[in-house]
Amino acid sequence: MKLQKASSFALCAVLELAGSPTSQLSGTEIAHKYGISAHHLAKVLRDLGRAGIVDAVRGVGGGYRLAVNPKRLTLFDVIQIFEPVGPQSASMDDPELATDAGCALRMVLDEIEDHALATFRSITVSTMLKLMARRPWADSQRFAKTSRKVASGR
Amino acid sequence: MMAAITSGKAGAIRIRPAVNSDLLALIALDEEVTGLAKRKYWKETFARYGGRRRLPRFFLVAEQQGRIEGFIIGEVRAWEFGEPPCGWMFAVQVRPKSRLKGVGTQLFEVLCDAFRRAGVEKVRTMLARDNHLVLSFFRSQGMMAGPFIELETTLG
Repeated sequence: MKLQKASSFALCAVLELAGSPTSQLSGTEIAHKYGISAHHLAKVLRDLGRAGIVDAVRGVGGGYRLAVNPKRLTLFDVIQIFEPVGPQSASMDDPELATDAGCALRMVLDEIEDHALATFRSITVSTMLKLMARRPWADSQRFAKTSRKVASGR
Repeated sequence: MMAAITSGKAGAIRIRPAVNSDLLALIALDEEVTGLAKRKYWKETFARYGGRRRLPRFFLVAEQQGRIEGFIIGEVRAWEFGEPPCGWMFAVQVRPKSRLKGVGTQLFEVLCDAFRRAGVEKVRTMLARDNHLVLSFFRSQGMMAGPFIELETTLG
């Protein structure tokens, strides 16, 4: 499963802000740390601000800070700002979806999306910070292979 | 068998095995949370899991100042679908006013210690996809999706 860039950037920013609860961070600082576009991140931070998830602090030493309790903020809360998440009601305008094959396929896809939705809804930002501290992927073969691919540029 | 565990502070939570005299308080706590009084179910569950027993079954309560604030139930299950023995947690509840104070975490940790002493290395649970509150709790304890997929069908 792949998230849209805006969702991914938003999660990086929220996790970064949640990990530094006593300080404000600028968009540029966050963008630099994650190697992402500062311009794109600025738009994402504005959307997060409009949703009440981050506060912008103006002035010298200003920046962004998390505006909500990270134990209450789920991945779903962040992602759903930037993309549709979860089962989409089948559009009967698509003729293939009105067939038995289309309905059966829709049921299977909905099952997959139900699981994804339950996962996003049940993982809070606070839980993500604990996961990042535990680093279980350090012992995972699957992540080791991914890291090697990235490292070799494949 | 397991002894009671406390944090040593005044008014601290004490985690201990459920005893017969807890039954009415447990039924009342469950009714407060779920809105359903399930007396027969809890009597049967207590008969199976409660008390100080040698079987790897655990029914623990969190007590604070003489009041039951939560409970957790689990057992060691072996060789279901070929899987080696593992700890199963199948009920956890904390009084709504006592949530976000570490009661559930203490119950979870004491049960995990009991499972470790019983010789298992994995802990599993299963719950409804839309039970976001309890799903979030188990996630916050480090639990992730396991190797099983739950399936069901309606009997015609």
